[in-house]
Amino acid sequence: MAHSSAGSVEQYNYDIVKKFAIASLIWGIAGMFTGVWLASELAWPFLNFDIAQITFGRLRPVHTSGVIFGFGGNALFATSFYVVQRTCQARLAGSRNAHYFMFYGWNGALIIAGIGYMMGITQAREYAEPEWYVDIMITLVWLVYFWVFVTTITRRNQPHIYVANWFYMAFILATAILHIFNNLAVPVSFTGAKSYSLFAGAQDAMTQWWYGHNAVGFFLTAAFLGMMYYFVPKQAGRPVYSYRLSIVHFWALGFMYMWVGTHHLHWTAIPDWTSSLAAVFSILLLMPSWGGMINGIMTLSGAWDKLRTDPIMMFMITALSFYGMSTFEGPMMALKEVNALSHYTDWTVGHVHSGALGWVALITIGSFYHMIPKLWNTELYSMRLVKLHFFVATLGIILYITAMWSSGIGQGMMLREFDEYGNLANTFISTVTFMHAPLVARAIGGMFFVSGMLLMAFNIYMTIRNAKREPAVGSVAQTVNA
Amino acid sequence: MKLKHEIFETNIGLLIIFTMIAISIGGLVEITPLFYINDTVEDVRRADGTQAVRPYTPLEQRGRDIYTREGCYNCHSQMIRPFRDEALRYGHYSLAAESQYDHPFQWGSKRTGPDLARVGGKYSDTWHVKHLVRPKSVVPESIMPNYPWLLENDLDYSDIQARMEALKKVGVPYSLTQEEYDSNVKQFGKAVADKLDITRADENLVSEAQDNNRDGIPSRITEMDALVAYLQMLGTLIDFKAHDEHEFIKAR
Ligand code: HEM
Ligand code: HEM
Repeated sequence: MAHSSAGSVEQYNYDIVKKFAIASLIWGIAGMFTGVWLASELAWPFLNFDIAQITFGRLRPVHTSGVIFGFGGNALFATSFYVVQRTCQARLAGSRNAHYFMFYGWNGALIIAGIGYMMGITQAREYAEPEWYVDIMITLVWLVYFWVFVTTITRRNQPHIYVANWFYMAFILATAILHIFNNLAVPVSFTGAKSYSLFAGAQDAMTQWWYGHNAVGFFLTAAFLGMMYYFVPKQAGRPVYSYRLSIVHFWALGFMYMWVGTHHLHWTAIPDWTSSLAAVFSILLLMPSWGGMINGIMTLSGAWDKLRTDPIMMFMITALSFYGMSTFEGPMMALKEVNALSHYTDWTVGHVHSGALGWVALITIGSFYHMIPKLWNTELYSMRLVKLHFFVATLGIILYITAMWSSGIGQGMMLREFDEYGNLANTFISTVTFMHAPLVARAIGGMFFVSGMLLMAFNIYMTIRNAKREPAVGSVAQTVNA
Repeated sequence: MKLKHEIFETNIGLLIIFTMIAISIGGLVEITPLFYINDTVEDVRRADGTQAVRPYTPLEQRGRDIYTREGCYNCHSQMIRPFRDEALRYGHYSLAAESQYDHPFQWGSKRTGPDLARVGGKYSDTWHVKHLVRPKSVVPESIMPNYPWLLENDLDYSDIQARMEALKKVGVPYSLTQEEYDSNVKQFGKAVADKLDITRADENLVSEAQDNNRDGIPSRITEMDALVAYLQMLGTLIDFKAHDEHEFIKAR
């Protein structure tokens, strides 16, 4: 921006994109390792080691915040800044300080929050555990994010705003609203960590799940759809299958998601009609979701051979398939009769991870394998490792999900079983014993998935190392690499 | 369609405004019940006309703080659904009234362990202490972590009044003035109103802990005292035998 004529000024700001991308990988490994640890604590409880800071209850939010906001959040900052610059053909708005503020502000907030959970500092509301001072930090970072993103769009050298940017923008807007309203709280003192939520009981539950579900809808879905709408066509080398479908997809999704939060509260002490309404809209939501999936997968039509030859494409298409699967399972679970069985059990956890691992993580991994070599202007170190990563990750997910179906549905059935006299057939603790085997299988599935992440880290590390070496070798035409 | 949509695609301001509209409609419909919900919190009274559900005593509230600190909600729900198996296992289904003073709510979303909404009075204090220190000592198959530090840590109640004042700001009827106290006497009866008086919080907390001595250590007030006090009152405030079922069904 500053001195525009000099050749040294690059067209795009990749520096900040690189930072966020690396941070995302680090959070991914740390957060998923924590997930494996948690899974192992449930399978082999001695792993709690009587250390307060790592007991299951305190560590679980470290995992959820670490993967959603650390891994997912940093990946969204990275890809949104990459995509918005490339599709607008404009350099990222904002000064270096603004960019650093976002980077250190976001990651600093997450570190403070995570250490806090281990020390017992938490709002004790799922996905909104950070205490009031971290919430304020996050709000400030988010305002800068919104400003930088929108300002870059206004500087575009293109009349049209590309569809990926609509999704990113909706995500930034919705997240701001959700975050602010859901975190209204009164601190005990301005020098202490503790606060009490502004709302109570049923009201608090409604606000929390309005937030909770839309954190899923806009953070884990809409934003990653933005990623999908850029990287899938890029990697396939063809335009999005249907432009019209993407318009319908965008507006229908944005409109409907906000209605469905109460399907997390079926059969609880809230007015019944709110849960019926949520069930209806959840079923409707199936349509735009599948529209989006079809749009993504069909982008590959005419280049189907890539499914066999291009491991990066395998990640992306499998991600879309899991997106389709979890958005089919979700509406099913939103039916009150099904939810009566699934709620409170591992079925929910399985659903979560078919979305989180199958969709969120795979689409991110695929996009990173595409983007990172471009950022460093080089080639990937090893495509074979990418392929290996793909198989390890997929195997891990399948183990994870099937284990959770068996423990969740099994436990649900056992709990509602009656003997011939109409008494309960099983005690609660007998279901805990029953679940041991699937919980072990889930932990192993998680280990597979994390191994894949380590392969990726190695591959990316070697890629970047090679990229840094190349100029030193002095070759002008950089065509090295296997 | 394509032609008309062009106006959004070429104008970021319009795109933002219409996205806001699209997401706000559902948001408003989801939020409206929050106001309506005030009427659907059941008004449950005892025979003498006072409110059955009361705010937590200072000791119980500190116990609740420990419950949230340890993240118990990650494995235990406090929300019984209206099904036969849950009625047999846990008791009467939960009412909205029962969590009306819960900042934050702790309904939970996953039962790695059983529901706790009516655990109060189900086990003895001694059982709870043993169970929390080492769950396997009373339930050999349990996968719950040990919480030995609850017995080791003295309860910090230095800021109990500040905590109650914060809770008062978010709507819990703890009293500071004579007027507020009188209104609590009317609503909850004198015995309860005394416990809700912020100015007497410290002495109330100490005497409740010492009188009950739930941790089995008379000389100290530990975190265990507070947590067990909280657990033992969960779900005990409403006497369901004294009520007609239809009263509650209307609210849903
Ligand atoms: C190696 C990979 C992973 C493993 C082994 C793993 C393991 C776990 C475990 C053991 C739990 C606790 C479940 C319970 O309370 O019973 C959990 C919860 C959760 N995880 Fe993961 N996880 C992994 C990856 C991820 C990723 C990538 C995401 C998101 C992008 C994610 C999001 C969540 C969420 C949202 C929950 C809370 C679920 C709920 O409340 O129902 N996880 N995970
Ligand atoms: C049309 C789409 C979807 C619908 C209608 C839907 C519906 C549901 C339902 C009914 C539950 C169970 C609530 C309960 O019983 O407690 C649930 C839980 C959950 N879903 Fe989905 N789902 C959808 C897609 C997704 C996707 C794509 C993800 C991805 C990342 C996801 C993540 C989650 C999470 C994290 C939870 C657990 C919340 C908790 O209890 O902590 N969902 N969803």
